Amino acid sequence: MAQDTSPAFPMDELDELYREVILDHYRNPRNRSPVPHADIASEGQNPFCGDEVAVQIRLEGERIVQVGVQGRGCSISQASASMMGELLKGKTVGEALGLSRRVREMLQGKALSPQELEELGDLEALRGVSKFPVRIKCALLGWMTLEEGIAQWRKGASTRR
Amino acid sequence: MLDVHTIRQDFPVLQRKVHGKPLVYLDNAATSQKPRQVIQALVAYYEGYNANVHRAVHTLGEEATQRYEEARQKVADFINAPSLECIIWTRNTTEAINLVASAWARHHLKPGEEVLTSAMEHHSNLVPWQRVCAETGATLRIAPLTPEGLLDMDAFRRLLSPRVRLVAITHMSNVLGSIVPVEEVVRLAHGVGALVLVDGAQSVPHMPVDVQALDCDFLAFSAHKMLGPTGIGVLYGKLPLLEEMEPFLMGGEMVREVTYERATWKAPPFRYEAGTPNIADAIAFGVAIDYLKAIGMSAIRQHEIALTRYALQRFAELEEVQVFGPPRAEQRGGVISFHHPDIHPHDLGTFLDREGIAIRAGHHCAMPLVRSLGVVATARASFYLYNTEEEVDALIDALRKAIRFFGRVGTPR
Repeated sequence: MAQDTSPAFPMDELDELYREVILDHYRNPRNRSPVPHADIASEGQNPFCGDEVAVQIRLEGERIVQVGVQGRGCSISQASASMMGELLKGKTVGEALGLSRRVREMLQGKALSPQELEELGDLEALRGVSKFPVRIKCALLGWMTLEEGIAQWRKGASTRR
Repeated sequence: MLDVHTIRQDFPVLQRKVHGKPLVYLDNAATSQKPRQVIQALVAYYEGYNANVHRAVHTLGEEATQRYEEARQKVADFINAPSLECIIWTRNTTEAINLVASAWARHHLKPGEEVLTSAMEHHSNLVPWQRVCAETGATLRIAPLTPEGLLDMDAFRRLLSPRVRLVAITHMSNVLGSIVPVEEVVRLAHGVGALVLVDGAQSVPHMPVDVQALDCDFLAFSAHKMLGPTGIGVLYGKLPLLEEMEPFLMGGEMVREVTYERATWKAPPFRYEAGTPNIADAIAFGVAIDYLKAIGMSAIRQHEIALTRYALQRFAELEEVQVFGPPRAEQRGGVISFHHPDIHPHDLGTFLDREGIAIRAGHHCAMPLVRSLGVVATARASFYLYNTEEEVDALIDALRKAIRFFGRVGTPR
């Protein structure tokens, strides 16, 4: 008999990945309505699996006042995007990028301080994804779409000036 | 009846556990596992007679060349090719199809002419034709499927005009499992003067395929889906076509005579095999063919029909799970794509992996087909000679468990 070389995952790691709050966001995604006349709008796809996320943001100055998130795909990609939308409201564009960095660090397994975790709100539930390397890109899809949208918006803003 | 218990002893990986559970490997349409005999053939080459082929005068080179060309003969016999000059080594099915696109289609297609393919092709038998049609001004036509997922033969006949120069069609869908009546397709296509390329990536590993009975002009397939190593595949072509086609890649091994100004080409198959080939994997592929022949392709096909029939019955117990493709096991290979309305295939795949069960989740390199099924992705279980009814039971049990697990938070509003 060959040895089991994979790490022994107890069943509760699966519970840890699929926390109820994740399944709730998946079943009942928040901020589903598209935002008309959005300042930032971006669509992202994961070509490997076909998952899709679209994000629209309306700004007042640099502050996010309205968010729309739509998509199709697995629970991790869609829940992450839905939680992202909840968290973005009221943040500045710079703060949004800071959150995106922090989520990335968390998914890569970096230990975050209690305060940093609290700032992430429901997104803290995605911590379990770090144990499932093939699913990290699912959790990042919404955030990469956001970053792409912000980069486009900044480029547009610099040409407008 | 296959002696599956004995067969399984030959596959070292089937003895391992995944997450503490016995491995249930149901991703054979992606790649098959390898028996010890094939793995040992690779080691025997590298340890015993590693040398380049067709150039050395030393003993190792002679031994390597002999085994390498013996493997080509085994491939020719396996698909009943009339001679070994018809067998071209490639990296895989994709490269074999690209070879025809590059060496035949690009030189023969003209504006107003057509390539006809089907709605259930793998990207590897679709994208090369999109490109070559764009380059030549030819038009790509897509033959639709019946509601059951079989090739719609009436529509195919209607699309098969004298403008069609090439029919490029799968023998067995990697998503639906549907088997295409290739003999009839070839007869009809030849009736309008079109050539036929058959994508045999899913059929050659799982059922008897006889290129002379099919009368197809080209057949492409890969070793790694039929117990062989990755990195070696085959293009079969009718010799008169191979003799008149242009080379594919330029370099050593494919030339007859070279001056600083120009070169002349060798005869097939070497014209299409530039550079040092994949010697070890070709030889090991020959051993994989020995293994399959000893068991018998008809016996393997019968085993998979029985297993697929059993799996379709068991799937029918899961009310919410939708199964795609033809309803009868005889119409399909051992490939079952399925979908649960509330559980994304990737989530299913992760859950099943924790149960030791390997399936595929995604678009299976057939995005247009999967979209036409009305879903973004499907889950897919695919069988081979070493799979058992007990493994189908393990899959169904794990699916029930997954449905309970993901159903613990309410259904969508």
